[in-house]
Amino acid sequence: MSDTNQQEQQLIEWLADMNEDEAFALAKKMLLEEGIDPLRVMDLCRRAMDIVGKRFEEGEYFLPELVLAGEMLENISAIAKPLIKQAPGEAPKKLGKVLIGTVHGDLHDIGKNIVSFMLDINGFEVKDIGVDAPVQTFIDEINAWQPDVVGLSGFLTLAFDSMKETIAAFDQAGMRAKFKVMIGGGQIDEQVRNYTGADAFGVNAVEAVKLCKNWMGAAA
Amino acid sequence: MNIPEQTPEAKLAYDTRWQRIMDCVALKQPDRMPVSFYATFWLAKYGGISCKDLMYDYEKTKEIAERAVLEFEPDACLGLVGANAMGRIFEAVDYKQLKWPGHGVGDNQPYQYLDREYMKPEEFSDFLRDPTGFYLHTYLPRIFGAFEGFEKLPDFPGMFYFRAITGLRPLANPEFRKALQRVLDAADEVDRFMTHAGQWNKRINALGFPLINGSASGAPYDVIADYFRGATGMMKDLFRNKDKLLESIDMMRQHLVKMTIANAKASGNPIVFIPIHWAPDAFMSPKQFETFWWPSFRQMMIELIDADLIPMPLWESDCTKRLEVIKDIPPGKCIYWFERTDMVKAFEVLGDVVALRGNLSPSMMTTGTPQDVDAAVKHLVDNVWNKGGNLILEHAFGTPDETPVENVRAMFKAARKYAG
Repeated sequence: MSDTNQQEQQLIEWLADMNEDEAFALAKKMLLEEGIDPLRVMDLCRRAMDIVGKRFEEGEYFLPELVLAGEMLENISAIAKPLIKQAPGEAPKKLGKVLIGTVHGDLHDIGKNIVSFMLDINGFEVKDIGVDAPVQTFIDEINAWQPDVVGLSGFLTLAFDSMKETIAAFDQAGMRAKFKVMIGGGQIDEQVRNYTGADAFGVNAVEAVKLCKNWMGAAA
Repeated sequence: MNIPEQTPEAKLAYDTRWQRIMDCVALKQPDRMPVSFYATFWLAKYGGISCKDLMYDYEKTKEIAERAVLEFEPDACLGLVGANAMGRIFEAVDYKQLKWPGHGVGDNQPYQYLDREYMKPEEFSDFLRDPTGFYLHTYLPRIFGAFEGFEKLPDFPGMFYFRAITGLRPLANPEFRKALQRVLDAADEVDRFMTHAGQWNKRINALGFPLINGSASGAPYDVIADYFRGATGMMKDLFRNKDKLLESIDMMRQHLVKMTIANAKASGNPIVFIPIHWAPDAFMSPKQFETFWWPSFRQMMIELIDADLIPMPLWESDCTKRLEVIKDIPPGKCIYWFERTDMVKAFEVLGDVVALRGNLSPSMMTTGTPQDVDAAVKHLVDNVWNKGGNLILEHAFGTPDETPVENVRAMFKAARKYAG
């Protein structure tokens, strides 16, 4: 990466290589001692997360690396964000808006959280409405927030019917054409996609990102 | 509950069914492909009662479970009452790790585990230094409301001579005494529950049906991950607390082996059911798997085998990429139950090492037709059983709760139609 100096490159590498302590110490030093622009530091973190995502996609990294990457990013953001003096109009442009939640009756959230994190670091604006989300909550949130994609998550087999019911309610509310619906979770496959009427399903967070990027016309 | 004397006919039926399972374990194909039956809240659907009633009404649950076994005539079944009628014991201990019908989820919903950090990373040392003390002071009060007050107990290690006597003073604490009484009351309910479960097991045995397992256990890594550290906590431990994690896993293995051997011997059934949660391909890298997950579990299985037990792990989700690793086990000693792993591939890799169990897809069972079920059974018969596979037919992780009853009937019918 030609536009980064040696220290910046080191931060990216440590983050991407899961060297948490070294990466955090360096980011802290850059932010608090050297007064480096927090937006620059966050941009370096984003580049590191791109590498993490790519390694996950290529089968080198697995869920533990995604979880630790998320934690490292959160810890650095906690220091960086209060230092950001952002001028109006400077907010980075997002690829699209994704509303995500675990369908009613199901309390599982690990998969959903990882998908939210991966979408976030890939440039999407994500709104997570939590677990056991009633149909009406989805509809109210969609009306209020106007997402491009709605993600329904569920781990239990009872989620098949909850997803079907939720998507049918989108139809009934006359809003189904305004966004795409993706589903995911431990038991989801093409048969469930067909049963629920979702546009697509994904077996992991990378697939969710690909689906969203394709729908938004962004390079996957 | 009446436990009938086993008739000669029922004894023959029992022995024949059990021999089919044992033949599969020994890698010899029996006279026909056995079918096992594992169900939890599906029984509520089958019996026309609520999930809550299934958990709370011992008599109804026993009756429905027996009716299902007599209708389907499986070669072996789960101890269906012990696996379902747990509402009263959960209530008695004020169980915090689950939400169940009437306690956080609706009357017609299954119970769900709450993935949380039940042991903090800074508590590894306490846990390793004095696991019993950690259980009494910290873990049990955290997961069971009934134990709130046990944190008042003294630290027993280090007590000696007169100190071992005067050190008992905390046992006079009213909060501890209140907790102790709640725990004793809970133990009475557990005793009633175990009696009901045991009666049902004996009755079903007397009627000619073996249990597929007499006890259950966990893999050392999974027990620490699921019930102590929580999913994300454990994933971070793989980087932050490697040594303590490995030490805890090894300690947990020793306790699990001791407990499991005792429970299995008491049950009189050598098969030990071990649901596996953290082995799936996507959950960790091959290197992490071979460092943190597999060695302790392999050792545990070997120790169970050495005690004349038959480990039956249920490899949840897709473990296709683990097959070559988990093959490293003495042949003819285990049953591997697979959920989403391709059974044909599992047979190719493991067919000469373990009996196989599974694995009709939950999505097909719940949303498909009896014709779909028939075709799926035929696929397993054609590609596994007819090629010499020692397959015990079963759903992917037991009968999914929402499965139409006609689809379960279709599974048993197709097994007889295609494989004897």
